[in-house]
Amino acid sequence: MTVYIVEALLWILVAGLGLAAAVKGRILFREGAREGITDFLRLLPKVLLGVVGSGYVAAVMPADITAQYLGPDSGFLGVGIAILAGAFTPGGPVVGFSIGAAAIKSGAGAPQVMAYVTAWALFAVQRFFLWELPIMPARLVWIRALASLPLPFLVAGAAMFLGKP
Amino acid sequence: MPSDPEPAPPPAPVPTGVKRRKRKPLDWSTAGIGIMVVAAATTVYLRDGSERFFDIFYHDLRLFLDVLLKVAAGCLIGAFLARLLPREMVGKWIGAESGVLGLFIATILGAILPGGPITIYPVASALLFVGADIGATVAFITSWTLLGYTRALVWEIPFFGIDYVMWRTILSLPLPVLAGVLARVIAPIVTKRWGEAP
Repeated sequence: MTVYIVEALLWILVAGLGLAAAVKGRILFREGAREGITDFLRLLPKVLLGVVGSGYVAAVMPADITAQYLGPDSGFLGVGIAILAGAFTPGGPVVGFSIGAAAIKSGAGAPQVMAYVTAWALFAVQRFFLWELPIMPARLVWIRALASLPLPFLVAGAAMFLGKP
Repeated sequence: MPSDPEPAPPPAPVPTGVKRRKRKPLDWSTAGIGIMVVAAATTVYLRDGSERFFDIFYHDLRLFLDVLLKVAAGCLIGAFLARLLPREMVGKWIGAESGVLGLFIATILGAILPGGPITIYPVASALLFVGADIGATVAFITSWTLLGYTRALVWEIPFFGIDYVMWRTILSLPLPVLAGVLARVIAPIVTKRWGEAP
């Protein structure tokens, strides 16, 4: 049920923004729609690979080792391992999410997986070199990296403290 | 979260997200994932047999079909919003004099601005260039990374479910402002040690 609400919400937003663009000008609307659709088509193969592939990655992930090192009882050592793993997971739209979801299925704890996903999102090493340094000033990239370092620990710590989710 | 579309790195920085660059058909990130998936799928096929192989395949294909419409919506939202946001006002709101309020505004901006790194990183550079301070820029990128709703709706919920994503988002709410404060503390040290450039 909630899935449909999310879906509806997204398309209401699309309709609203499309309308706002159309009011501002026909060309603006046409350009926006064309770019959105082109982006979607370009992403399709990557999404297919990431989503369809994630099941296999989950299947080969050794459940006993995952549970031992990242399980709910692994504490802050598990969080540390998860953060290191997140930093060295390749970027891309779904890799981190699919590996994180696979880890939960094989017995990893929620705080550890949150730390993993947050670290991957904030400082996947490969993303620095492929994405950030070519586009942004190096000073910004490295200051942001340093400022991000404590964040996965804080998320995991808060999740452990609250016992949620 | 970086989650979002993460295509091949663009050849050159462009200050606004409106003009798109051509992307290479294949990038290393995709290639790496491809190799990982092929290795995992082969292992499953050889170790568990073809029945398990196709079980996983059909299950994930369904997940893929579920995600499709959301991805399309996310792309359209990004494309329209990139054209509708008044970018010149952004510099005023989160400039060097903006203080803690600037960090909060940058956080909200990052959370509502959809799109992948291809729109966010150039916008962040542009913000810095037109006078946003480093803390606000860092808060902006962090917020887009951790709180961006299109990413959560499109990518994260199908994998983790609503409960997990909701808690992860709530716990992440204070982090962009914190990262911004840390960046303001670190920036003078970095500048003193290595200089202003690059």
